[in-house]
Amino acid sequence: MQGAINFPILTLITFLPALGILIILLIPSGKDKEAIDLSKKTIKWVSLGITFIQLILAAIIYVFYNSAKTGINDINTFQFVEKVNWIHANLPLIGNIDIDYFLGIDGISVPMLLLTTIICFVAILPSFKITKAVKGYFAMYLLLDLGMVGVFCALDFFLFYVFWELMLLPMYFLIGIWGGPRKEYAAIKFFIYTLVGSVLMLLVMIGLFQSVGTFNILDMMDPANFKAGAILSGSATTLRYAAFLALFIGFAIKVPLFPFHTWLPDAHVEAPTPISVILAGVLLKMGAYGMIRIAFPIFPEAFGYFQSLIAWIGMISILYGALCALGQHRVGKRDLKKLIAYSSISHMGLVMLGLSSMRPEGMVGAIFQMFNHGTITAMLFMIVGVIYDRAHTRGLDDFGGLAKKMPVYTGIMAIAFFAAIGLPGLSGFISEVLVFLGAFKTFPVLTAVSVLSIILGAGYMLWALQKIFFGELPNKWKGPWDPTGIEYKTDDINGLELTALIPLAVIIIFLGIYPNPMIDLISGSVNHFIDLMKPFVFIGGL
Amino acid sequence: MTDLSTYTTDLIKSFEFFKPETTLTATIILTIIFDLIFKKSKHISGYVAIIGIVIAGIFLHQQTGVEYKAFANLLVIDDFGVFMKYIILLSSLIIIIFTFYSKELHPGKPRLGEYFTLMMGMTLGMFLLVGSANLIMIYLSIEIMSISSYVLAGYTKEIKRASEASLKYVIFGAASTGIMLYGISILFGLTGSLNLFNINQYIASGNVDDMPLFVSSLMIVAGFGYKISAVPFHFWTPDVYEGAPVTITAYLSVASKAAGFAVLLRFFKTGLVDPSSGTLETWNLIGNIDWRYVLIVISILTMTLGNLVAVWQNNMKRLLAYSSIAHAGYMLMAVAVLNDNGATAVLIYFFFYMLMNLGAFFIVQLIANKLDTEDIDDYAGLGFRSPVLGVCLTIFLISLTGLPPTAGFIGKLYVFTSVINAGFVWLAVIGVVNSVISLYYYIKVVRNMYLRQNEHFQSKLTYSPTEILIVLMLAIPTLFFGVYFTPIVEWANLSVNILVNK
Repeated sequence: MQGAINFPILTLITFLPALGILIILLIPSGKDKEAIDLSKKTIKWVSLGITFIQLILAAIIYVFYNSAKTGINDINTFQFVEKVNWIHANLPLIGNIDIDYFLGIDGISVPMLLLTTIICFVAILPSFKITKAVKGYFAMYLLLDLGMVGVFCALDFFLFYVFWELMLLPMYFLIGIWGGPRKEYAAIKFFIYTLVGSVLMLLVMIGLFQSVGTFNILDMMDPANFKAGAILSGSATTLRYAAFLALFIGFAIKVPLFPFHTWLPDAHVEAPTPISVILAGVLLKMGAYGMIRIAFPIFPEAFGYFQSLIAWIGMISILYGALCALGQHRVGKRDLKKLIAYSSISHMGLVMLGLSSMRPEGMVGAIFQMFNHGTITAMLFMIVGVIYDRAHTRGLDDFGGLAKKMPVYTGIMAIAFFAAIGLPGLSGFISEVLVFLGAFKTFPVLTAVSVLSIILGAGYMLWALQKIFFGELPNKWKGPWDPTGIEYKTDDINGLELTALIPLAVIIIFLGIYPNPMIDLISGSVNHFIDLMKPFVFIGGL
Repeated sequence: MTDLSTYTTDLIKSFEFFKPETTLTATIILTIIFDLIFKKSKHISGYVAIIGIVIAGIFLHQQTGVEYKAFANLLVIDDFGVFMKYIILLSSLIIIIFTFYSKELHPGKPRLGEYFTLMMGMTLGMFLLVGSANLIMIYLSIEIMSISSYVLAGYTKEIKRASEASLKYVIFGAASTGIMLYGISILFGLTGSLNLFNINQYIASGNVDDMPLFVSSLMIVAGFGYKISAVPFHFWTPDVYEGAPVTITAYLSVASKAAGFAVLLRFFKTGLVDPSSGTLETWNLIGNIDWRYVLIVISILTMTLGNLVAVWQNNMKRLLAYSSIAHAGYMLMAVAVLNDNGATAVLIYFFFYMLMNLGAFFIVQLIANKLDTEDIDDYAGLGFRSPVLGVCLTIFLISLTGLPPTAGFIGKLYVFTSVINAGFVWLAVIGVVNSVISLYYYIKVVRNMYLRQNEHFQSKLTYSPTEILIVLMLAIPTLFFGVYFTPIVEWANLSVNILVNK
């Protein structure tokens, strides 16, 4: 059905939030209480509407997407391409500069685009509980949305970088203004860590521009485009290795991989629920996406050189994250949110392991895992949010026996928890198996060790489930959550929260039973990607 | 050599290219006269100055593309000079408008006549400095601009720290011009000429030893370093910036720096570069001293010290003072590569730096007008008390940090590009690490504005529409040039021609 769409749908889906921001800013704040309430309500519904239209557009893109076309390095096999000259400066003395407004998607970006729109839509619902500076919150939320969608569509490095950086400030404010008690610390830590990554990327971007003469990411993948004697020309030079490492670290901070992960638990613990959802659901995927889109294909020989190091880092992240999550049961504040944050590090390590295998099943699994981790972790954070809103605590030891008090909630939670563990029949299982299958062929020992994380995962997740839902309900929670009955009419999860959680649960179950739609989407591009990388990488003997 | 008539022809022809400066001189006199006639009106001299600036701007526009050595090689007119003069003129214009809205300059003073006169004097001094191709001319123009700025720094003389600032400025200024004069005299002794073109010719013939040339040039560069507040000649900057009125602080941080950078670049390109063998990519320095490393060391010291000390500041003006030191460091990186690429980057950076730095200072002034404070802690909750100022100050600070989509990012992009292009990847790494450090203190201001609340004051701050308009006129270009920078980049690239010996 390719070609059926002739209007710039990617521009529309990317810049729709900008329209939303404009509308939100124009909504008058109101003078008396009623008008203020009305204004806040309008702002919320406008945001919901914008993200819903984005979701519809993503669905249209999915329907019209042709998975036979592979993308990766060939503009002709990218889809919904928009390429317009954006900045053209004639600089006779120092060399012309051309920057394109260049959008396009392939099998790697489509799942991410779907994920982003889904997460942005469902995370609006818990945002309805925001009461402080509503206008600012939703404006920042939509700006963040814009940056995220833009990153997954951009094929020009300059454009990519602008979108990438565009997300930093909204995220800083969203954590810093609407966050928990240590929000200032968490927000600045997030900002500085990610900025370190960005400036490393900036240097490589400049170096690549100097060497290729354009910011086009696809052109950078072809060694023939590099000018002779330029800074990043040639193959396997020290500078190319250094550039690859700089990019890798820049993206690894975002993933985050051990040892660049320390900002993540802080950011998650302090961020408000919807922002945690976006952070885990989408932002973490950007690091891995950047590696697949930029770092690996532009520097394939450097990837080959550092391949086992990357696999090691993946394995260490898997185990370290899992152990830290398990440790949340024993030390510190025993915070459920922190536990999930650490489990994210473990699951994203799995993505790295899959990518480093350079086997089709491993890579498909890795990208599928990115999607699944997005949906599953989004659910987990929302589930934590539900209980935190009611009890104002997330301590693992503060609860018990909630199953009796909140049966529906417990059911939903069970789905998310089991999906995170990797129970067969749920989507997380498929992607984990694929990753392990692929990785085992290339790195058998590392993979064998990594598989231990499944046991650890079952440990920390089931233990948490047991502590919160089974056993005796503590006396302080015996009564209703909200004695006045204004905010919470029943003790169980309410309709708004269910609306946000059920779509995710459906996706998780559906892809667990029938993963083919997603795998078909990804595999064409992945096969092409691996063909490109093959001459440079190690794929093991098995 | 030549007879009288040749001199007169040269003189008459030179005056044709001296119209902007002549206009400024006339404006100085007119501001005094109008101030004397219209004693009641506070701002009349300011309006006169604005008219003078606009006329000077028109004359300046006519000089686009002109290459001329005026007054027997005392002054040169070239595109590079025109660009820098535009920056100076624009910032003078903006500062005069700021002055109309300054509260600290007004109480107890019936009028501001001499203020505008001095500002015009300073502008004239900078104009001359940008065009100077003669060491004595350089010295004299530095003095013209310095003496005006000494007085302006202490203009609010009833405030103790202003007088202190002025005194410090004079003492440091005297010391550094002293050093510069000493350097000039050595160079004169070595080459027998004060004219940069002749000096260039003489040292190109290989008659001068490297060491005395290096020492004398270094002393002269020290004098320029004082103007651009490069480490280790920066000691006056924080105190003067804190003590001087905000308008003058802003003016010193942009215009005076622009003039300093202009003369620094001209001194190197005209004086020390071999015009016959150099290419656009690299300027071939005469002699065996690699000035690039000298400048690189200064630039690293400047940006690192500026940024590290700024982190500890609690006064907004002091913070911006150290930040301006750091920005001088970034620009010095681009100067240090000593090629046209770097010079273009300096020009691009300067244009954007002018927008964002002046914008930040104007908001500091507006806030001080209402709250009588420059303490960062008092900025708590300001983002909610005055949303427009909060958002705009955030834009300026983000731009100063160098994050897209702001103009500051484009400036940094070009600076780093020129540095990487010249092969100094490690220097670019130091530069970006500095950018990250700078985020910490810029965002500290944003944090106070948005993440903290002031318990005592919650009331909205209201500003007049014109004040908001001025802020927006600086904030919108800061964003606009962040996503579309073609015109500035092209203009800067065309303006990079510094007149050399041919």
